[in-house]
Amino acid sequence: MNTAIAQIGLGPYLTVSAALLVLGVFGIFLNRKNIIIIMMSMELILLAANLNLVAFSSVLGDLSGQVLTLFVLTIAAAEAAIGLAILTVYFRNRGSIQVEDVATMKG
Amino acid sequence: MNWILALPEIVLAVSGLLILSVGVLTKKGHAFLPSATLSIAAFVVTGFLVALSPGGVGYDGLFVVDAFARFIKLLAIVGGVVAIALSVGYTNEHRELPFEMPILVLFSTLGAMVMASSTNLMTLFVGLELSSLAIYVLCALERDRLGSAEAGLKYFILGSLASGLLLYGVSLVYGYAGTMEYAPIAAEINSAGILPIGLVIGMVFVIVGLAFKLSAVPFHMWTPDVYQGAPTPVTAYMAGAPKFAAFALILRVMAGPFGAMSPRWQLLIEVIAALSMLFGSFAAIPQRNIKRLMAYSSIGHMGYAMMGLAAASPAGTTGTLVYLTTYLIMNAGTFGVITAMRRQGREVTEISDIAGLGRTNPGLALVLAICMFSMIGVPPLAGFFGKFMVFAAAWNAGLYPLIAVGVVSAIVGAFYYLRIVKVAYFDPAAPAFDRPAPSVSFVSIAMGLATVLFLIGLGPISEAAQAAAQALIG
Repeated sequence: MNTAIAQIGLGPYLTVSAALLVLGVFGIFLNRKNIIIIMMSMELILLAANLNLVAFSSVLGDLSGQVLTLFVLTIAAAEAAIGLAILTVYFRNRGSIQVEDVATMKG
Repeated sequence: MNWILALPEIVLAVSGLLILSVGVLTKKGHAFLPSATLSIAAFVVTGFLVALSPGGVGYDGLFVVDAFARFIKLLAIVGGVVAIALSVGYTNEHRELPFEMPILVLFSTLGAMVMASSTNLMTLFVGLELSSLAIYVLCALERDRLGSAEAGLKYFILGSLASGLLLYGVSLVYGYAGTMEYAPIAAEINSAGILPIGLVIGMVFVIVGLAFKLSAVPFHMWTPDVYQGAPTPVTAYMAGAPKFAAFALILRVMAGPFGAMSPRWQLLIEVIAALSMLFGSFAAIPQRNIKRLMAYSSIGHMGYAMMGLAAASPAGTTGTLVYLTTYLIMNAGTFGVITAMRRQGREVTEISDIAGLGRTNPGLALVLAICMFSMIGVPPLAGFFGKFMVFAAAWNAGLYPLIAVGVVSAIVGAFYYLRIVKVAYFDPAAPAFDRPAPSVSFVSIAMGLATVLFLIGLGPISEAAQAAAQALIG
């Protein structure tokens, strides 16, 4: 790990993670179809941050970035569970998970 | 290891788990009251432990207890107790909350307390997520009502987007400063001649994530829908503890690690504050639903509280803390009245439903009027002191345009608050509300009294706020 990052430098890692972040954000805002896709985009954003943390941690020789990554993985699992549960409750009431249908309250 | 430092949090977490098992073992349908009572008891014990807790840094520099952390924690605990008390009165044959509700409030408050004590980006993120995840569930708690499920879904999507952005910001700050602890980050920024651009971008991401949790403009889109759809006691909670915790984080992060780069973020905070105040006042005017109106009102109030932060001075921080205290009190009083708005057991939330409350229920109407006048900032009610302190701090810092915006939006805001008072006292009476549950009346009356008599407590509260600001800025 350490040798690979020493050979190619930090740049490629940061570029990939920035690309993942942009993909995730656009996935949330441009997607007009399905809420499941939004949840996948959210996972992408968290993964982008994780990739950053691990790459920095390896370059800095400091473990705390990797510790935080482990926390984030756990939190992401909890978040996905809660999100799917809320989505199930919503589907039972509304009968649809299309993004355009999530707008009964306006004002 | 000095584990006594986190004793209040440990006690709260363990009692949350215990109450959960009590709830599971109790007969189905009878668990709400025991779980609510036990949660309030746990909050009271924790409150005493917080007040008595020794100061210091522990757990390898992950966790700090100082006057500032204690102040925010006590505010968050009061917010949690108020929400649970309201939820007891909210439950009836038409609207039922599961017994997990007080426990989720408890865990969310625990997250808020961890946030208030953070001295490390790791503690910040874990506390923030603990607090947010519990609130996502709380919003969607009335499973058979579409509005509640939709509120939960919206808050979940936008909230986790904000957490994701914040985490990305944290990763950049970590990479470019080389550490996650606040003090070394500050030292790093102080010693660096030219700031690395990654650090600045990371800081902006962190501010965006926190501004989202505060529902400050332009990250406010979720607030009206979520406030309207969520169960009323949950809305009352969301306007309290999570906002204090987000403010605690903004204050800590801005005063600590990013304090040295204040010229870079001051303008950003000023713009957010000005936009929030303006938007909160103008967008509230056409509203017909009172919970939605309170959402816009909270956006505006967060703008005023940010004004103290924009001043970037100890007086400004003190002002913000006093402002948050007054907001907690008058907001709880208002939501007490909103929870009491019931006809034949069914909740009504239109502003026109309040018509003639002055005749049908003078007590509730009086509390509502007091809270509305306090939100306008009429002396000698609570809201006046908070507004006065942040305006004074902004004046001393020379933020005259911000003050002008604040005065204009306060005047516009007075229009819609006064309209509620007018509807309650001078419109033809609508049918009377049901007799409110004792806990709801108690919260409304206690908070109404606290709003009126705030002057008595002003001395100790502002002293505590001053000590807290001192601990933060030093």
